Amino acid sequence: MSTHVHTREPGEPRLVDKAQYGMAAFLVVAGGYVLLDALGLDDGFADQPVQPYAVPYIVGAVLVLLGVLLGVATARGDLPESDEGEDIDLTQGTDVVTVAMLAAVLVANLALINFLGWAITGALLFVGATRALGSRTLLRDVGVGVALSVGSWYAFYVGLGVPIPAGILDGVL
Amino acid sequence: MDLLLEGFQQALTPTNLLFACLGVILGTAVGVLPGIGPAMALALLLPVTYSVGPDSAIIMFAGVYYGGMYGGSTTSILLNTPGESSSVVTALEGNKMAKRGRAAQALATAAIGSFIAGTIGTVLLWVLTPRVSDLVVKLGAPSYFALMLLSFIAVTTVLGSSRLRGFIALFLGLAIGLVGTQTGQARLTFGDAKLADGIDVVVVAVAIFAVGEALWVAAHLRRKPLEIIPVGQPWMGKQDWKRSWKPWLRGTAYGFPFGALPAGGAEMPTFLSYVTEKRLTNHPEEFGKGAIEGVAGPEAANNASAAGTMLPLLTLGLPTTATAAIMLSALTSYGIQPGPLLMENESDLVWALLASLLIANTLLLVINLPLAPLWAKLLRIPRPQLYAGILFFACLGAYTVNFQAFDLALLLLFGVLGFAMRRFGIPVLPLIVGVILGPKMEGQLTEALAISGGDVSTLWSEPVAVVVYSVIGLLLTAVAVNGLRRPAPAAPVTTEEKELVER
Repeated sequence: MSTHVHTREPGEPRLVDKAQYGMAAFLVVAGGYVLLDALGLDDGFADQPVQPYAVPYIVGAVLVLLGVLLGVATARGDLPESDEGEDIDLTQGTDVVTVAMLAAVLVANLALINFLGWAITGALLFVGATRALGSRTLLRDVGVGVALSVGSWYAFYVGLGVPIPAGILDGVL
Repeated sequence: MDLLLEGFQQALTPTNLLFACLGVILGTAVGVLPGIGPAMALALLLPVTYSVGPDSAIIMFAGVYYGGMYGGSTTSILLNTPGESSSVVTALEGNKMAKRGRAAQALATAAIGSFIAGTIGTVLLWVLTPRVSDLVVKLGAPSYFALMLLSFIAVTTVLGSSRLRGFIALFLGLAIGLVGTQTGQARLTFGDAKLADGIDVVVVAVAIFAVGEALWVAAHLRRKPLEIIPVGQPWMGKQDWKRSWKPWLRGTAYGFPFGALPAGGAEMPTFLSYVTEKRLTNHPEEFGKGAIEGVAGPEAANNASAAGTMLPLLTLGLPTTATAAIMLSALTSYGIQPGPLLMENESDLVWALLASLLIANTLLLVINLPLAPLWAKLLRIPRPQLYAGILFFACLGAYTVNFQAFDLALLLLFGVLGFAMRRFGIPVLPLIVGVILGPKMEGQLTEALAISGGDVSTLWSEPVAVVVYSVIGLLLTAVAVNGLRRPAPAAPVTTEEKELVER
C-alpha cells in the first residue's frame, strides 16, 4: 500500500506521465498482434467445441481496449503508483545507464553461453552486473563470480546429477 | 489419521528431513535478503529441486515457503522499508519497537506468533483438505470454469488500487498463456518450434519476479545505506508473552480464512488484525511507537493466511497469492496436477506435504531464533553483489529448464516487461495467475462444451457454478458502485482503509 497520494491544487498544471502512453501503445500493438495471429488460424477439429481462435480473439480485443483505456486515463492525468521496496529510492529519476548496462550484460550472457558455457559466462555475468551496479571491488567480484559459476556447475553435476552444457570447457571441468 | 502418520513417516526420513532443513535455511536466508520476498525466493530456488524426487522437492518447498515468510518479517522489523505488501503492517510497529531497543522482542513475537499461527493453520489444513477434496471432486468442468473466472475477477478487482492495471496484467498473462500448440494449431509462436510447447511458467515467473525487480531496483538504487538496527538473541519477557498470545490467536483467526479465499491474500487480514489490536489493546498510547500487539497479531495473520493459501491450491489447483502461483507451477513441472484429483492420485505426496508443513514450521523456530543475529548480518550485504547474485541465479534457473540460450532471451524480454510493470504500477500477481490458469480455463471450457455437445447452457447447469457466478456479479457490482462513488482516480488506498476502519 503506497503512501503516495497525488492531489492536484486547482490551477496547478495537470501532470501527465507521458511514458505511460508507451505502455498503452504496447498493449494496443500486443493485442493487435494477438488478433492478427488469430486471423491466421483454421477451424478446429470436429471434436473441438471451442475454436482455437475464440480465446485469442477475446484476449486480443480486450488488450487493445485496455491499451486505449490506459491511454485515455493517462491523458486525464492518471499517474501510476510505481513499485516500492527496501532498496528503492523513488525520489530520483530512472537511472537509464545502469539498466542499459545490465541489459547488455544479460544479452552478452545469452549470446556467449552456447560457445563458452555457463561456467564462464555465469562468472562474466556476475562480474559485469556488479560493475554495472557500481561495485568497485573488481578482484573480489571476479573471485565470487568464478566461485559461483563453477560451484553451481559442479553442484548441478555432482549434487543433482544434471550436467549443464560445459561449452568450451568440455573435458576440462 | 493413518494417512497423516504415513505422511510424517515419509517426511521424517533422514533425506527428507535434510531437505526440510535445507529449505528452511535457504528460504530464510533468501527471504531476509532485501528485495527478495517469499515468491521470488521460491522462483529462484526452483532449479535446485529439479532432479530430486517430488516428495523431497515438495518438502523443501514447504520449508522455503515458511522460511521466506519468516525472513521477510525480519527484514521489515530491522529495516524500515518493507518489501512485501503483506509485511507493511509488521513494519509499522515492528520497526518502531526495534528503534526503541526492543528488536529482540519484536523478532521473538514475530517468530513465535508465526509458529503458532502456522501450526494452527496446518492442523486446520489436515482437517479441511480431505473434506474439501471430497466435495470438489464431484464438481464438473462448468464449476471449474466458473471458479477460475472468479479467481481472475477477484485477483484483479480485490487487490491493488487500480482495476484497470489489474486487468492489463491479467490479459497480458492470458496472452502469454496462449503461446503454443495445445489446441493443435500454433498460436503466437512466431513460427518458432521452440515456442510450440508454450512458454515455461518458471521462465516467466523468474523473469517477472527476479529480473524485473533487479532491473527496477538498478534504476532507482538507494545510494545512501539504510539504517539497520543491530539485534541480539530474540527473547520475550513475561509481560511480552502476556500481551502477545491473544493477538496471535486473533491474527490466526483472521489469516486462515482470508488465505483460503480466492485473492484473499495476506494484506487484508494483516491490516484487519492491526486495526483490531489497536482497538482492543490496554496500551493504546504505545501504538504508533512500537506496540508488541501490532507485531504479534499481523505476523500471525500473515502466516495463517500462508497456510490457508494451501487449501484452494491443493484442492482446486487455484493459486491465490504469487507464492502459491509459483508453488503451483513447481508442482506442475513434476507432472503433478494440483486440483480435485490430487488427493486421490497422489495422496502420499499430499500427506507428506501436510506433515512437512508442521516440520518446517518447527524447524523454523528451532533453527531461526538462535540464528537471528546472523540473519541480521545478511541485511548488510552490498547491493551491487546482491542484485548481481539475483541475476546470476535467475539466469541459472531459466537456463537449466531446457539448456537453451533461447530461454535466456525470453528471460530478458519478460524481465523488461516486469520492469515496465513496476514502472507503471501494474500488479504482478494477475499476470502470473493468467499465465497459469488461462490455458486450464480454456481446457475446462472445451471439456464442458464437448460433454454437452456444444450447448452453452451447460456452463450454468451446476449449482456451484451458479453460486460462483452470483459472487462474481456481486464483486463486479461492488466495484462499479465503488467506482461511481469516487470518480477521482487519486487516493483510492486511503479511502479503502478508512472504510475498513469504519466497518
